[in-house]
Order: sequence, then C-alpha cells, then structure tokens
Amino acid sequence: MIRVNNLYKHFGKLEVLKGVTAHIREKEVVVVIGPSGSGKSTFLRCLNKLEECTSGEIVIDGIPLNNDDTNINAVRREVGMVFQRFNLFPHMTALQNITLAPMKVRKLDKQEAEVQARALLRKVGLEDKADVYPDQLSGGQLQRVAIARALAMRPKIMLFDEPTSALDPEMVGEVLAVMKDLAREGMTMVVVTHEMGFAREVGDRVLFMDEGIIMEEGPPDRLFNNPQNPRTKGFLSKIL
Amino acid sequence: MDWHLMVKSIPILLNGAVLTIELSAAAVAFGTVIGLSIAMGRLSRHKLLAWPAGAYVDFFRGTPLLVQIYLIYFGLPQILNFTPPDSYQYIAGVIALSLNSGAYIAEIFRAGIQSIDRGQTEAARSLGMTQAQAMRYVILPQAFKRVVPPLGNEFIAMLKDSALVSVISIEELLFSGKIIVGRTFKPFEIYIEVAVMYLILTLTISRLVNYLERRLAKGDTR
Ligand SMILES: Nc1ncnc2c1ncn2[C@@H]1O[C@H](COP(=O)(O)OP(=O)(O)OP(=O)(O)O)[C@@H](O)[C@H]1O
Ligand SMILES: [Mg+2]
Repeated sequence: MIRVNNLYKHFGKLEVLKGVTAHIREKEVVVVIGPSGSGKSTFLRCLNKLEECTSGEIVIDGIPLNNDDTNINAVRREVGMVFQRFNLFPHMTALQNITLAPMKVRKLDKQEAEVQARALLRKVGLEDKADVYPDQLSGGQLQRVAIARALAMRPKIMLFDEPTSALDPEMVGEVLAVMKDLAREGMTMVVVTHEMGFAREVGDRVLFMDEGIIMEEGPPDRLFNNPQNPRTKGFLSKIL
Repeated sequence: MDWHLMVKSIPILLNGAVLTIELSAAAVAFGTVIGLSIAMGRLSRHKLLAWPAGAYVDFFRGTPLLVQIYLIYFGLPQILNFTPPDSYQYIAGVIALSLNSGAYIAEIFRAGIQSIDRGQTEAARSLGMTQAQAMRYVILPQAFKRVVPPLGNEFIAMLKDSALVSVISIEELLFSGKIIVGRTFKPFEIYIEVAVMYLILTLTISRLVNYLERRLAKGDTR
C-alpha cells in the first residue's frame, strides 16, 4: 500500500530524514514513535507531499509520488491526514467542514455530501454537533470532526500526526476510540503517537524513528518489552 | 472671521465633499480588485507573477501620488497619442487613485492572507483541494474578515490623499475651497472650513471602522 525507499529530506542544511525505508501493507496499522525532532512529522508529511522529499522513492497504492506526471491532488484524495492541532476551518460549521472537500474535489452534490457527513458525524459520536462552529467544540470533539472530515474523502490510507497530543487527558480516550474503530474496520493507518496503550492494542507494527532513520521496528509487544537497539531502550525507558 | 462667508460656502463645499467621497470610494473599490490580484501575484511561487507584482507595489508606494497623477493625466495622452476627452481629469484622477490604492491594498491582503495559519492550507491540500481551491474556500473567507479594518483605514487615507487631484481641476472638497478663496480672498476661513469637513469625514469613517472591527472580533472565528 505504501512503499518508501531510501527517503531523504533536507531543510536547507538541516538533514531531517536520512534514508527512511518502510513498507506498509494494506489494512496495516503502523505506529511511529521517537524523540522530538527525529523527523516523524516530516516523514508523515512526505507521504502526502505536504513536504517535498529531497530524494528517494514513495509509492502510494501503486502511484509513484515523485513522478512529475502524478497528479498530486489525486493521490491526496486517497490519503487522509489528521493533524495535532486539528486545523478545522473556523468559518464553517462541523458539517460544512466535512462536506467542503467532497463537494469541491469529488464533485458530490450538496445533498449527497450532507448525508455522508451526517453519517460520519454519527460514527464519531457527534451527530448533534453538525451545525456548530469549531469555537464551540472541545478539543476532543474538534479532533473527531477532523477525522470525519478526512474520512469524507473516502481515503484508503489515514495518516495521524500526534492526534491526541494537544488534548486534555480526559479527551484522549474519545479520540483514540474513534481511531480504534477505524483500525478494526481495516483502514490502513500510519499513526505518530506517544500513546503506548493504543500502539499495543491496535498497532500491527511499531517503527522507532531517531535521527532521521528508522532505528528499529517490530510488533508492539516485542519492541516495547524487548527492544534491541540501545537508543530504543533509552527512549522507551523515558516514556513508559 | 467672516462667519457669513463660511455659512454661505457650505453648499459648495458639501458638493465637493460628495465628490471626495465618490472618488475615494471608487479608488478603494477598484483598488480592492487590483490589490487582490497583485497580492495573489506576490504570493505566487511563479517568479513571472511575483516579480511584476512586487515591482508594482514598490512603484506605487515608493513614488509620490502627485507624480503618479501627473503621469496619468499629462503623460498617458502624450505617450499613447490621444487627445484627452473633455472630462478626462475625472478618468485620470480615478485611475491614479485606484492604482495607488491598489498597491496599499495589495499589502493589506498579503498580510491578511499570511496571517492565516499554515495548517489551514495544509488541511485543505491534504483533502485533495488545489492551491486555488484552498485559497478560495478556506483562506480568503478568513482573510477577508481580517482585512476589513485596514481597508477602512485605507479608505480614510484615500479621503485625505484624494485632495491631491485638485491639481488637475477635479472639483472635490479642496478644489471647491480653492475656487471660493480665489473669489473672496479669505483663505483662512475657507481652508479651516475645508479642514473641518475632512475631519468630519475621516472621524465618521473611523468610528464606522471601529464598530465593524468590534462586530467582527466578536465572531472572529467564523
Ligand atoms: N519547514 C521546516 N523548515 C525547517 N526545518 C524544519 C521544518 N519542518 C521541520 N523542521 C525541522 O526538522 C526536524 C524534524 O522535525 P519533525 O517535525 O519531523 O520532528 P518530529 O519527530 O515530528 O518532532 P515532534 O515530536 O517534536 O513533533 C526538526 O529539527 C525541525 O526543526
Ligand atoms: Mg511532529
């Protein structure tokens, strides 16, 4: 589903990704962990080309990203992204946030888009918030609307960049619950998170990223209980 | 003080004030269209668009408005080789004020657009929207609210700067005053009166802008 080979990314002189290789299968849930500044967000953002990689190869669902012929908007339609800071559109209601892209990009008519949006709001437990503006929603609700918004494009892959890091602790659970549902439904997911419980429960594989490379990877139980790389050990001892 | 003259002059000056308002409103209206296009150009990644847009802003903000007025009123007919029609001064005046205003408004839009969090564009792009769609449906609606107060200030600046077109015989507020002074040789009374009228205009507009600003601040997030 996602094939990343030898990915490099520089910001000017700063080397952020230094040869990342990762293959992610369909329906796999991959959790990415690692210290701050190790390049996790950059890696995720390269996957839908919010960030242009310097060199290397990314193939999403058979479509090479760095090929000039590839219509990047077409790829982005298949790859949903959820951000740490929600990035809901503040001038639109929850419903409008969700219907905008399907109407403008997928060319659904308004009614179809709204039916779908209401179904998605129900799915994330916010059907009563359809006509509410983002400034009236709590962090956890905002993030659930953001997930619904991404799902409205019917993506094949969902990327999550620390979706619960900006939330008050009591709201983390409601967002993780939605993500767990998604995982169970067979969504291909790449999740940057520090929620080890989530990683253990629904993660198929954990990638430990440090200094711009994937230092170690493995199934969550193996990686958390028996890390091989000293840097993984060091990192885990700090956060577990 | 010749109070009688001052009272008698009110209707003529009011006529001038109406033209001043019309000129400024036209300049800001056309300037908004120009400014939005120039701002888009400046923010474009294409050098071929960004560079001329930048040069435009530099030129119209970096040279005196009076010179711009002369260039368009006297210079254009010469270089384009046409005989100015009768009321060409109005056309030239509106063109000059609009072009000038467009440069300032371009910067207002640019700042407004850049003040919108980058995450908004990223969210829109990650949903498959093109750059143009993200701009149109996500960025501009938010930016428009933020540019209303500075646009109001630009209108106030234009009310004052439009006095410069009196040099090409447009009978706006200042020119109307000049005519009365020419007939009566009472510059103090008349120019004080003219000044007071400008003051009333600018204070009224600035009140209005403040009111709008408060209204928008209340619903800032939508
Ligand atoms: N647009 C950018 N321009 C310049 N440097 C950047 C840019 N984006 C990220 N960086 C730098 O790249 C490095 C990796 O950033 P990245 O956000 O990928 O790390 P991260 O692993 O997600 O960290 P965190 O856990 O803090 O989110 C950091 O040093 C960051 O300062
Ligand atoms: Mg990050």
